[in-house]
Amino acid sequence: MKYILMMNTMKTGQGVPDWPRKDLQAHIAFMMDFAKDLRESGELVSAEGLAFPDQARLVRAGKDGSPITDGVFPEGKEFLAGYWIVNVETPERAYAIAARASAAPGPGGAPLNMPIEVRPVMSAPPPEML
Amino acid sequence: MTPPPGHFAAEHLLRELAPQVLGALIRRYREFAAAEDAAQEALIAAATQWPREGVPDNPRAWLMQVASRRMVDYVRREAARRKRETVAAMQMDALAPPADAGMGTEEDDTLTLLFMCCHPALTPSSAIALTLRAVGGLTTAEIASAFLVPEATMAQRISRAKQTIKTSGVLFSFPADRERADRLRAVLHVLYLIFNEGYTSSAGPDLLRLELSGEAIRLTRALHALLPDDAEVAGLLALMLLTDARRSARTGPDGELISLTQQDRTRWDRTEIAEGTALLTAALAKGSVGAYQLQAAIAAVHDEAECAEDTDWPQILALYELLKRMSDNPMVMLNHAIAAAMVDGPAKGLELLAALDADKRLAGHHRLDAVRAHLLEMAGDPQAAIRHYRIAARKTTNLPERNYLTAQAARLSDGS
Repeated sequence: MKYILMMNTMKTGQGVPDWPRKDLQAHIAFMMDFAKDLRESGELVSAEGLAFPDQARLVRAGKDGSPITDGVFPEGKEFLAGYWIVNVETPERAYAIAARASAAPGPGGAPLNMPIEVRPVMSAPPPEML
Repeated sequence: MTPPPGHFAAEHLLRELAPQVLGALIRRYREFAAAEDAAQEALIAAATQWPREGVPDNPRAWLMQVASRRMVDYVRREAARRKRETVAAMQMDALAPPADAGMGTEEDDTLTLLFMCCHPALTPSSAIALTLRAVGGLTTAEIASAFLVPEATMAQRISRAKQTIKTSGVLFSFPADRERADRLRAVLHVLYLIFNEGYTSSAGPDLLRLELSGEAIRLTRALHALLPDDAEVAGLLALMLLTDARRSARTGPDGELISLTQQDRTRWDRTEIAEGTALLTAALAKGSVGAYQLQAAIAAVHDEAECAEDTDWPQILALYELLKRMSDNPMVMLNHAIAAAMVDGPAKGLELLAALDADKRLAGHHRLDAVRAHLLEMAGDPQAAIRHYRIAARKTTNLPERNYLTAQAARLSDGS
Protein backbone atom coordinates (compact mmCIF):
# COMPACT_ATOMS: atom_id res chain seq x y z
CA MET A 1 0.00 0.00 0.00
CA LYS A 2 1.40 3.36 -1.04
CA TYR A 3 1.05 6.52 1.02
CA ILE A 4 2.05 10.10 0.32
CA LEU A 5 3.54 12.07 3.21
CA MET A 6 3.10 15.77 2.57
CA MET A 7 4.95 18.48 4.39
CA ASN A 8 2.63 21.51 4.09
CA THR A 9 4.91 23.82 5.98
CA MET A 10 5.90 26.60 3.61
CA LYS A 11 4.18 29.93 3.90
CA THR A 12 4.11 32.87 1.50
CA GLY A 13 6.56 35.56 2.49
CA GLN A 14 8.68 33.05 4.37
CA GLY A 15 12.32 33.13 3.40
CA VAL A 16 15.14 30.67 3.84
CA PRO A 17 15.24 29.71 7.55
CA ASP A 18 17.61 32.05 9.42
CA TRP A 19 18.80 29.36 11.78
CA PRO A 20 22.40 29.12 12.98
CA ARG A 21 24.62 27.17 10.59
CA LYS A 22 25.00 24.28 13.04
CA ASP A 23 21.21 23.86 13.30
CA LEU A 24 20.74 24.02 9.52
CA GLN A 25 23.41 21.38 9.04
CA ALA A 26 21.80 19.17 11.67
CA HIS A 27 18.44 19.54 9.91
CA ILE A 28 19.88 18.68 6.49
CA ALA A 29 21.81 15.73 7.92
CA PHE A 30 18.64 14.46 9.56
CA MET A 31 16.70 14.62 6.29
CA MET A 32 19.45 12.84 4.40
CA ASP A 33 19.61 10.08 7.02
CA PHE A 34 15.86 9.80 6.90
CA ALA A 35 15.86 9.35 3.11
CA LYS A 36 18.74 6.88 3.32
CA ASP A 37 16.93 4.72 5.89
CA LEU A 38 13.78 4.69 3.76
CA ARG A 39 15.80 3.63 0.71
CA GLU A 40 17.53 0.89 2.67
CA SER A 41 14.32 -0.46 4.15
CA GLY A 42 12.99 -0.86 0.61
CA GLU A 43 10.05 1.45 1.34
CA LEU A 44 10.87 4.63 -0.56
CA VAL A 45 9.05 5.05 -3.87
CA SER A 46 9.93 8.69 -4.47
CA ALA A 47 10.63 11.95 -2.69
CA GLU A 48 10.90 15.52 -3.89
CA GLY A 49 11.50 18.89 -2.33
CA LEU A 50 9.80 21.88 -3.92
CA ALA A 51 11.00 25.42 -4.63
CA PHE A 52 9.94 28.30 -2.42
CA PRO A 53 6.43 29.76 -2.85
CA ASP A 54 7.78 32.86 -4.60
CA GLN A 55 8.46 30.55 -7.54
CA ALA A 56 4.86 29.30 -7.54
CA ARG A 57 2.32 30.43 -10.12
CA LEU A 58 -1.40 29.81 -10.16
CA VAL A 59 -2.46 28.98 -13.73
CA ARG A 60 -5.94 29.02 -15.27
CA ALA A 61 -6.98 28.65 -18.88
CA GLY A 62 -8.22 31.83 -20.53
CA LYS A 63 -11.16 31.92 -22.97
CA ASP A 64 -8.96 30.79 -25.87
CA GLY A 65 -7.25 28.18 -23.69
CA SER A 66 -4.08 30.21 -23.23
CA PRO A 67 -2.55 30.28 -19.74
CA ILE A 68 -3.35 33.13 -17.38
CA THR A 69 -0.84 33.14 -14.56
CA ASP A 70 -1.19 34.70 -11.16
CA GLY A 71 1.58 34.82 -8.60
CA VAL A 72 0.01 36.92 -5.91
CA PHE A 73 -1.00 34.76 -2.97
CA PRO A 74 -2.54 35.85 0.31
CA GLU A 75 0.04 36.32 3.07
CA GLY A 76 0.44 33.21 5.23
CA LYS A 77 -1.03 30.74 2.69
CA GLU A 78 0.43 27.27 3.25
CA PHE A 79 2.37 25.54 0.51
CA LEU A 80 3.68 22.05 -0.04
CA ALA A 81 7.38 22.06 0.84
CA GLY A 82 8.04 18.50 -0.24
CA TYR A 83 6.70 14.97 -0.16
CA TRP A 84 7.67 11.33 0.20
CA ILE A 85 5.80 8.42 -1.33
CA VAL A 86 6.37 5.21 0.59
CA ASN A 87 5.29 1.64 -0.02
CA VAL A 88 4.54 0.03 3.34
CA GLU A 89 2.72 -2.97 4.81
CA THR A 90 0.35 -1.06 7.11
CA PRO A 91 -1.02 2.47 7.64
CA GLU A 92 0.58 2.42 11.12
CA ARG A 93 4.00 2.11 9.48
CA ALA A 94 3.24 5.15 7.28
CA TYR A 95 2.25 7.11 10.39
CA ALA A 96 5.46 6.08 12.17
CA ILE A 97 7.55 7.29 9.21
CA ALA A 98 5.60 10.57 9.16
CA ALA A 99 6.17 11.03 12.89
CA ARG A 100 9.90 10.66 12.37
CA ALA A 101 9.88 13.32 9.64
CA SER A 102 7.74 15.56 11.83
CA ALA A 103 10.38 15.49 14.58
CA ALA A 104 13.14 16.85 12.31
CA PRO A 105 15.41 19.15 14.35
CA GLY A 106 14.93 22.92 14.13
CA PRO A 107 16.62 25.88 15.84
CA GLY A 108 18.62 24.78 18.83
CA GLY A 109 18.16 21.15 17.78
CA ALA A 110 14.64 20.99 19.23
CA PRO A 111 12.16 18.86 17.23
CA LEU A 112 10.00 20.93 14.88
CA ASN A 113 6.98 18.61 15.24
CA MET A 114 5.77 19.77 11.82
CA PRO A 115 2.34 18.60 10.68
CA ILE A 116 2.73 15.88 8.02
CA GLU A 117 -0.36 15.02 6.00
CA VAL A 118 -0.57 11.27 5.26
CA ARG A 119 -2.94 9.98 2.57
CA PRO A 120 -3.26 6.68 0.70
CA VAL A 121 -2.28 6.78 -2.98
CA MET A 122 -5.05 5.36 -5.16
CA SER A 123 -4.06 1.93 -6.36
CA ALA A 124 -5.09 -0.67 -8.90
CA PRO A 125 -8.56 -2.20 -8.80
CA PRO A 126 -9.25 -4.76 -6.06
CA PRO A 127 -10.24 -8.38 -6.66
CA GLU A 128 -13.77 -8.61 -7.96
CA MET A 129 -16.44 -9.85 -5.64
CA LEU A 130 -17.11 -13.52 -6.14
CA MET B 1 8.13 -4.23 -30.86
CA THR B 2 7.64 -7.98 -31.04
CA PRO B 3 10.61 -10.07 -29.97
CA PRO B 4 11.42 -13.06 -32.22
CA PRO B 5 9.76 -16.35 -31.18
CA GLY B 6 13.13 -17.68 -30.01
CA HIS B 7 13.20 -14.97 -27.39
CA PHE B 8 10.15 -16.42 -25.64
CA ALA B 9 11.45 -19.98 -25.84
CA ALA B 10 14.77 -19.00 -24.24
CA GLU B 11 12.99 -16.97 -21.58
CA HIS B 12 10.67 -19.85 -20.75
CA LEU B 13 13.59 -22.26 -20.47
CA LEU B 14 15.48 -19.84 -18.22
CA ARG B 15 12.54 -19.49 -15.85
CA GLU B 16 12.29 -23.28 -15.62
CA LEU B 17 15.97 -23.67 -14.88
CA ALA B 18 16.32 -20.75 -12.46
CA PRO B 19 15.20 -22.53 -9.28
CA GLN B 20 17.08 -25.72 -10.21
CA VAL B 21 20.38 -23.87 -10.65
CA LEU B 22 19.86 -21.87 -7.48
CA GLY B 23 18.91 -24.97 -5.50
CA ALA B 24 22.03 -26.81 -6.64
CA LEU B 25 24.22 -23.80 -5.75
CA ILE B 26 22.75 -23.52 -2.27
CA ARG B 27 23.20 -27.23 -1.66
CA ARG B 28 26.82 -26.99 -2.71
CA TYR B 29 27.87 -23.69 -1.10
CA ARG B 30 25.32 -23.28 1.72
CA GLU B 31 25.17 -19.52 1.16
CA PHE B 32 21.67 -18.51 0.14
CA ALA B 33 22.23 -14.79 -0.42
CA ALA B 34 25.42 -15.18 -2.44
CA ALA B 35 24.02 -18.14 -4.40
CA GLU B 36 20.96 -16.10 -5.26
CA ASP B 37 23.10 -13.25 -6.60
CA ALA B 38 25.26 -15.69 -8.58
CA ALA B 39 22.20 -17.41 -10.10
CA GLN B 40 20.72 -14.03 -11.01
CA GLU B 41 23.93 -12.96 -12.75
CA ALA B 42 24.04 -16.22 -14.70
CA LEU B 43 20.43 -15.72 -15.78
CA ILE B 44 21.11 -12.19 -16.94
CA ALA B 45 24.17 -13.38 -18.88
CA ALA B 46 22.06 -16.10 -20.52
CA ALA B 47 19.24 -13.69 -21.32
CA THR B 48 21.64 -11.49 -23.29
CA GLN B 49 23.77 -14.22 -24.90
CA TRP B 50 21.34 -17.00 -25.78
CA PRO B 51 19.03 -15.04 -28.09
CA ARG B 52 22.13 -13.81 -29.96
CA GLU B 53 24.33 -16.90 -29.98
CA GLY B 54 21.76 -19.65 -29.62
CA VAL B 55 20.82 -21.82 -26.65
CA PRO B 56 23.74 -24.07 -25.56
CA ASP B 57 23.41 -27.85 -25.85
CA ASN B 58 23.20 -28.27 -22.09
CA PRO B 59 21.63 -25.03 -20.83
CA ARG B 60 21.57 -26.13 -17.19
CA ALA B 61 25.28 -26.96 -17.18
CA TRP B 62 26.03 -23.64 -18.89
CA LEU B 63 24.16 -21.72 -16.18
CA MET B 64 25.79 -23.79 -13.43
CA GLN B 65 29.23 -23.06 -14.84
CA VAL B 66 28.69 -19.29 -15.05
CA ALA B 67 27.05 -19.17 -11.61
CA SER B 68 29.76 -21.34 -10.03
CA ARG B 69 32.43 -18.99 -11.37
CA ARG B 70 30.61 -16.14 -9.60
CA MET B 71 30.43 -18.21 -6.43
CA VAL B 72 34.14 -18.89 -6.52
CA ASP B 73 34.74 -15.15 -6.92
CA TYR B 74 32.52 -14.59 -3.93
CA VAL B 75 34.32 -17.19 -1.84
CA ARG B 76 37.64 -15.58 -2.78
CA ARG B 77 36.41 -12.16 -1.75
CA GLU B 78 35.06 -13.53 1.50
CA ALA B 79 38.34 -15.26 2.17
CA ALA B 80 40.29 -12.07 1.58
CA ARG B 81 37.91 -10.17 3.80
CA ARG B 82 37.95 -12.58 6.66
CA LYS B 83 41.66 -13.33 6.42
CA ARG B 84 40.93 -16.42 8.39
CA GLU B 85 42.14 -18.95 5.95
CA THR B 86 44.34 -18.77 2.93
CA VAL B 87 42.76 -18.02 -0.39
CA ALA B 88 43.94 -21.32 -1.74
CA ALA B 89 42.43 -23.33 1.08
CA MET B 90 39.04 -21.66 0.64
CA GLN B 91 39.10 -22.26 -3.07
CA MET B 92 39.93 -25.88 -2.55
CA ASP B 93 37.09 -26.12 -0.10
CA ALA B 94 34.64 -24.44 -2.42
CA LEU B 95 35.60 -26.55 -5.38
CA ALA B 96 35.62 -29.85 -3.51
CA PRO B 97 32.63 -32.07 -4.25
CA PRO B 98 29.85 -31.37 -1.79
CA ALA B 99 29.28 -33.90 0.98
CA ASP B 100 25.77 -34.57 -0.22
CA ALA B 101 26.56 -34.59 -3.94
CA GLY B 102 24.02 -36.58 -5.83
CA MET B 103 21.45 -36.35 -3.08
CA GLY B 104 18.14 -34.78 -3.89
CA THR B 105 16.77 -34.01 -7.32
CA GLU B 106 16.19 -30.78 -9.20
CA GLU B 107 12.47 -31.05 -8.45
CA ASP B 108 13.12 -31.30 -4.71
CA ASP B 109 15.31 -28.21 -4.97
CA THR B 110 12.54 -26.17 -6.55
CA LEU B 111 10.12 -27.19 -3.83
CA THR B 112 12.61 -26.60 -1.00
CA LEU B 113 13.37 -23.19 -2.47
CA LEU B 114 9.66 -22.31 -2.51
CA PHE B 115 9.34 -23.28 1.15
CA MET B 116 12.37 -21.15 1.96
CA CYS B 117 11.19 -18.05 0.06
CA CYS B 118 7.68 -18.23 1.58
CA HIS B 119 8.97 -18.70 5.12
CA PRO B 120 6.66 -17.21 7.76
CA ALA B 121 9.58 -15.13 9.12
CA LEU B 122 9.19 -12.90 6.03
CA THR B 123 6.52 -10.23 5.53
CA PRO B 124 4.14 -11.02 2.66
CA SER B 125 5.66 -8.39 0.36
CA SER B 126 9.20 -9.69 1.02
CA ALA B 127 8.15 -13.29 0.42
CA ILE B 128 6.47 -12.29 -2.84
CA ALA B 129 9.54 -10.44 -4.13
CA LEU B 130 11.93 -13.21 -3.12
CA THR B 131 9.75 -15.95 -4.62
CA LEU B 132 9.47 -14.13 -7.93
CA ARG B 133 13.22 -13.64 -8.12
CA ALA B 134 14.58 -16.90 -6.68
CA VAL B 135 11.92 -19.33 -7.90
CA GLY B 136 10.37 -17.37 -10.76
CA GLY B 137 13.73 -16.37 -12.20
CA LEU B 138 12.65 -12.77 -12.78
CA THR B 139 15.05 -9.87 -12.63
CA THR B 140 14.81 -7.23 -9.92
CA ALA B 141 13.93 -4.68 -12.62
CA GLU B 142 11.00 -6.80 -13.83
CA ILE B 143 9.66 -7.28 -10.30
CA ALA B 144 10.06 -3.56 -9.54
CA SER B 145 8.11 -2.58 -12.64
CA ALA B 146 5.37 -5.08 -11.80
CA PHE B 147 4.88 -3.45 -8.40
CA LEU B 148 5.46 0.08 -9.72
CA VAL B 149 8.33 0.86 -7.39
CA PRO B 150 11.89 1.96 -8.29
CA GLU B 151 14.38 -0.83 -8.98
CA ALA B 152 16.60 0.32 -6.08
CA THR B 153 13.67 -0.02 -3.69
CA MET B 154 12.92 -3.55 -4.86
CA ALA B 155 16.62 -4.48 -4.69
CA GLN B 156 16.68 -3.36 -1.05
CA ARG B 157 13.51 -5.30 -0.27
CA ILE B 158 15.00 -8.47 -1.76
CA SER B 159 18.32 -8.03 -0.03
CA ARG B 160 16.60 -7.49 3.32
CA ALA B 161 14.47 -10.57 2.77
CA LYS B 162 17.63 -12.59 2.18
CA GLN B 163 19.13 -11.10 5.33
CA THR B 164 16.04 -12.15 7.30
CA ILE B 165 16.41 -15.70 6.01
CA LYS B 166 20.05 -15.68 7.05
CA THR B 167 19.54 -14.28 10.54
CA SER B 168 16.52 -16.41 11.36
CA GLY B 169 18.53 -19.51 10.54
CA VAL B 170 16.10 -20.90 7.95
CA LEU B 171 17.75 -23.96 6.50
CA PHE B 172 17.74 -25.05 2.90
CA SER B 173 15.93 -28.25 3.74
CA PHE B 174 12.54 -29.78 3.24
CA PRO B 175 10.26 -28.96 6.21
CA ALA B 176 9.73 -31.83 8.65
CA ASP B 177 6.41 -33.67 8.45
CA ARG B 178 4.87 -31.96 11.46
CA GLU B 179 5.33 -28.45 10.03
CA ARG B 180 4.93 -29.25 6.34
CA ALA B 181 1.19 -28.53 6.21
CA ASP B 182 1.64 -25.08 7.77
CA ARG B 183 4.56 -24.24 5.54
CA LEU B 184 2.67 -25.38 2.44
CA ARG B 185 -0.23 -23.14 3.47
CA ALA B 186 2.21 -20.20 3.61
CA VAL B 187 3.48 -21.06 0.10
CA LEU B 188 -0.07 -21.22 -1.28
CA HIS B 189 -0.92 -17.89 0.33
CA VAL B 190 2.09 -16.18 -1.30
CA LEU B 191 1.16 -17.63 -4.72
CA TYR B 192 -2.43 -16.49 -4.18
CA LEU B 193 -1.23 -12.95 -3.35
CA ILE B 194 0.95 -12.84 -6.49
CA PHE B 195 -2.04 -13.90 -8.58
CA ASN B 196 -4.30 -11.27 -7.01
CA GLU B 197 -1.72 -8.54 -7.48
CA GLY B 198 -1.53 -9.36 -11.18
CA TYR B 199 -5.22 -9.95 -11.66
CA THR B 200 -6.25 -6.71 -10.03
CA SER B 201 -3.69 -4.43 -11.64
CA SER B 202 -4.42 -5.25 -15.26
CA ALA B 203 -6.00 -1.90 -16.06
CA GLY B 204 -5.05 -1.01 -19.59
CA PRO B 205 -2.41 -2.64 -21.74
CA ASP B 206 1.10 -1.98 -20.55
CA LEU B 207 3.67 -4.06 -22.37
CA LEU B 208 6.37 -3.27 -19.84
CA ARG B 209 4.37 -4.63 -16.94
CA LEU B 210 4.95 -8.21 -16.13
CA GLU B 211 2.01 -10.59 -16.19
CA LEU B 212 2.03 -11.41 -12.49
CA SER B 213 -1.09 -13.56 -12.64
CA GLY B 214 0.43 -15.58 -15.48
CA GLU B 215 3.57 -16.01 -13.39
CA ALA B 216 1.51 -17.12 -10.37
CA ILE B 217 -0.29 -19.67 -12.54
CA ARG B 218 3.04 -20.94 -13.88
CA LEU B 219 4.50 -21.35 -10.37
CA THR B 220 1.35 -23.00 -9.02
CA ARG B 221 1.30 -25.32 -12.02
CA ALA B 222 4.89 -26.31 -11.23
CA LEU B 223 3.94 -26.88 -7.58
CA HIS B 224 0.99 -29.00 -8.67
CA ALA B 225 3.32 -31.09 -10.85
CA LEU B 226 5.55 -31.67 -7.80
CA LEU B 227 2.67 -32.40 -5.39
CA PRO B 228 -0.01 -33.90 -7.67
CA ASP B 229 -1.85 -35.53 -4.76
CA ASP B 230 -2.37 -32.36 -2.74
CA ALA B 231 -5.99 -31.30 -3.24
CA GLU B 232 -5.50 -27.72 -2.04
CA VAL B 233 -2.62 -27.10 -4.46
CA ALA B 234 -4.90 -28.33 -7.24
CA GLY B 235 -7.72 -26.23 -5.76
CA LEU B 236 -5.62 -23.06 -5.86
CA LEU B 237 -4.54 -23.72 -9.44
CA ALA B 238 -8.19 -24.30 -10.39
CA LEU B 239 -9.24 -21.08 -8.62
CA MET B 240 -6.60 -19.09 -10.53
CA LEU B 241 -7.60 -20.56 -13.90
CA LEU B 242 -11.34 -20.15 -13.31
CA THR B 243 -10.81 -16.53 -12.24
CA ASP B 244 -8.27 -15.67 -14.92
CA ALA B 245 -10.71 -16.98 -17.53
CA ARG B 246 -12.82 -13.83 -16.98
CA ARG B 247 -9.88 -11.43 -17.28
CA SER B 248 -10.63 -9.88 -20.67
CA ALA B 249 -14.32 -9.39 -19.85
CA ARG B 250 -13.89 -7.72 -16.48
CA THR B 251 -12.65 -4.34 -17.72
CA GLY B 252 -13.95 -2.08 -20.46
CA PRO B 253 -11.94 -0.30 -23.17
CA ASP B 254 -10.89 2.46 -20.76
CA GLY B 255 -9.99 0.11 -17.93
CA GLU B 256 -13.34 0.63 -16.18
CA LEU B 257 -14.56 -2.27 -14.03
CA ILE B 258 -17.43 -4.38 -15.33
CA SER B 259 -19.38 -6.31 -12.70
CA LEU B 260 -19.80 -10.06 -13.05
CA THR B 261 -23.48 -9.70 -13.99
CA GLN B 262 -22.70 -7.22 -16.79
CA GLN B 263 -19.72 -9.05 -18.33
CA ASP B 264 -19.86 -10.32 -21.91
CA ARG B 265 -19.58 -14.03 -21.15
CA THR B 266 -18.66 -14.92 -24.73
CA ARG B 267 -15.29 -13.34 -23.92
CA TRP B 268 -14.56 -15.76 -21.10
CA ASP B 269 -11.71 -18.16 -21.84
CA ARG B 270 -13.34 -21.59 -22.32
CA THR B 271 -10.02 -23.46 -22.34
CA GLU B 272 -9.08 -22.10 -18.91
CA ILE B 273 -12.56 -22.85 -17.58
CA ALA B 274 -12.37 -26.45 -18.84
CA GLU B 275 -8.91 -26.99 -17.35
CA GLY B 276 -9.89 -25.40 -14.02
CA THR B 277 -13.09 -27.43 -13.80
CA ALA B 278 -11.30 -30.71 -14.54
CA LEU B 279 -8.64 -29.95 -11.90
CA LEU B 280 -11.29 -29.08 -9.36
CA THR B 281 -13.39 -32.19 -10.05
CA ALA B 282 -10.34 -34.42 -9.55
CA ALA B 283 -9.33 -32.54 -6.38
CA LEU B 284 -12.78 -32.70 -4.80
CA ALA B 285 -12.87 -36.45 -5.45
CA LYS B 286 -9.90 -36.87 -3.13
CA GLY B 287 -12.16 -35.98 -0.23
CA SER B 288 -10.09 -33.43 1.70
CA VAL B 289 -11.97 -30.25 0.89
CA GLY B 290 -10.20 -26.99 1.71
CA ALA B 291 -10.84 -23.26 1.33
CA TYR B 292 -9.15 -22.96 -2.09
CA GLN B 293 -11.22 -25.81 -3.51
CA LEU B 294 -14.40 -24.18 -2.20
CA GLN B 295 -13.50 -20.81 -3.71
CA ALA B 296 -12.68 -22.56 -6.97
CA ALA B 297 -16.04 -24.34 -6.82
CA ILE B 298 -17.82 -20.99 -6.40
CA ALA B 299 -15.88 -19.55 -9.35
CA ALA B 300 -16.81 -22.65 -11.39
CA VAL B 301 -20.52 -22.21 -10.68
CA HIS B 302 -20.33 -18.62 -11.94
CA ASP B 303 -18.33 -19.71 -14.99
CA GLU B 304 -20.88 -22.42 -15.86
CA ALA B 305 -23.78 -19.97 -16.18
CA GLU B 306 -24.44 -18.90 -19.78
CA CYS B 307 -25.94 -15.63 -18.52
CA ALA B 308 -26.09 -13.95 -15.11
CA GLU B 309 -29.76 -14.99 -14.66
CA ASP B 310 -28.79 -18.67 -15.03
CA THR B 311 -26.41 -18.53 -12.05
CA ASP B 312 -27.11 -21.36 -9.60
CA TRP B 313 -27.26 -19.13 -6.49
CA PRO B 314 -28.56 -21.86 -4.10
CA GLN B 315 -25.43 -23.87 -4.87
CA ILE B 316 -23.20 -20.80 -4.37
CA LEU B 317 -24.95 -20.07 -1.07
CA ALA B 318 -24.35 -23.65 0.09
CA LEU B 319 -20.65 -23.36 -0.83
CA TYR B 320 -20.33 -20.08 1.11
CA GLU B 321 -21.97 -21.76 4.11
CA LEU B 322 -19.20 -24.37 4.00
CA LEU B 323 -16.50 -21.75 3.43
CA LYS B 324 -17.77 -19.69 6.38
CA ARG B 325 -17.30 -22.69 8.64
CA MET B 326 -13.75 -23.11 7.39
CA SER B 327 -12.45 -19.55 7.38
CA ASP B 328 -13.11 -16.57 9.57
CA ASN B 329 -12.57 -14.08 6.75
CA PRO B 330 -14.94 -11.07 6.83
CA MET B 331 -14.85 -10.87 3.01
CA VAL B 332 -16.31 -14.38 2.93
CA MET B 333 -19.13 -13.17 5.23
CA LEU B 334 -19.84 -10.27 2.84
CA ASN B 335 -20.03 -12.55 -0.17
CA HIS B 336 -22.18 -14.94 1.79
CA ALA B 337 -24.63 -12.08 2.43
CA ILE B 338 -24.82 -11.39 -1.32
CA ALA B 339 -25.51 -15.06 -2.08
CA ALA B 340 -28.18 -15.16 0.64
CA ALA B 341 -29.82 -12.07 -0.88
CA MET B 342 -29.86 -13.73 -4.31
CA VAL B 343 -31.57 -16.83 -2.89
CA ASP B 344 -33.82 -15.49 -0.11
CA GLY B 345 -34.26 -11.86 -1.14
CA PRO B 346 -32.46 -8.59 -0.27
CA ALA B 347 -34.03 -8.37 3.21
CA LYS B 348 -32.18 -11.52 4.24
CA GLY B 349 -28.88 -10.13 2.88
CA LEU B 350 -29.35 -6.79 4.66
CA GLU B 351 -30.08 -8.64 7.89
CA LEU B 352 -26.76 -10.51 7.59
CA LEU B 353 -24.95 -7.23 6.84
CA ALA B 354 -26.39 -5.64 9.99
CA ALA B 355 -24.72 -8.40 11.97
CA LEU B 356 -21.41 -7.57 10.26
CA ASP B 357 -21.53 -3.91 11.38
CA ALA B 358 -20.12 -5.05 14.72
CA ASP B 359 -17.11 -6.79 13.10
CA LYS B 360 -14.11 -4.58 13.85
CA ARG B 361 -12.18 -5.87 10.83
CA LEU B 362 -14.87 -4.52 8.51
CA ALA B 363 -15.59 -1.30 10.42
CA GLY B 364 -15.35 1.57 7.97
CA HIS B 365 -14.48 -0.75 5.06
CA HIS B 366 -15.89 0.49 1.79
CA ARG B 367 -16.92 -3.02 0.74
CA LEU B 368 -19.53 -3.18 3.47
CA ASP B 369 -21.10 0.06 2.15
CA ALA B 370 -20.82 -1.11 -1.46
CA VAL B 371 -22.61 -4.39 -0.77
CA ARG B 372 -25.23 -2.60 1.33
CA ALA B 373 -25.84 -0.14 -1.54
CA HIS B 374 -26.25 -3.04 -3.97
CA LEU B 375 -28.74 -4.85 -1.71
CA LEU B 376 -30.68 -1.63 -1.00
CA GLU B 377 -31.00 -1.15 -4.75
CA MET B 378 -32.30 -4.70 -5.07
CA ALA B 379 -34.75 -3.95 -2.26
CA GLY B 380 -36.17 -0.99 -4.24
CA ASP B 381 -34.74 1.82 -2.12
CA PRO B 382 -32.74 3.87 -4.65
CA GLN B 383 -32.23 6.89 -2.37
CA ALA B 384 -30.57 4.81 0.36
CA ALA B 385 -28.62 2.90 -2.30
CA ILE B 386 -27.26 6.17 -3.77
CA ARG B 387 -26.20 7.29 -0.31
CA HIS B 388 -24.27 4.09 0.38
CA TYR B 389 -22.70 3.93 -3.10
CA ARG B 390 -21.35 7.43 -2.43
CA ILE B 391 -20.10 6.56 1.06
CA ALA B 392 -18.29 3.55 -0.42
CA ALA B 393 -16.82 5.70 -3.22
CA ARG B 394 -15.42 8.14 -0.67
CA LYS B 395 -13.74 5.36 1.30
CA THR B 396 -12.13 3.22 -1.39
CA THR B 397 -8.47 3.72 -2.27
CA ASN B 398 -8.86 2.13 -5.72
CA LEU B 399 -9.39 4.53 -8.59
CA PRO B 400 -11.31 2.19 -10.96
CA GLU B 401 -13.48 1.06 -8.07
CA ARG B 402 -14.19 4.66 -7.07
CA ASN B 403 -15.23 5.39 -10.66
CA TYR B 404 -17.43 2.28 -10.68
CA LEU B 405 -19.18 3.21 -7.41
CA THR B 406 -19.66 6.84 -8.43
CA ALA B 407 -21.14 5.66 -11.72
CA GLN B 408 -23.61 3.40 -9.89
CA ALA B 409 -24.79 6.33 -7.77
CA ALA B 410 -25.08 8.54 -10.87
CA ARG B 411 -27.06 5.86 -12.75
CA LEU B 412 -29.62 5.68 -9.94
CA SER B 413 -29.93 9.43 -9.45
CA ASP B 414 -30.37 10.02 -13.20
CA GLY B 415 -33.14 7.42 -13.24
CA SER B 416 -35.08 8.83 -10.33
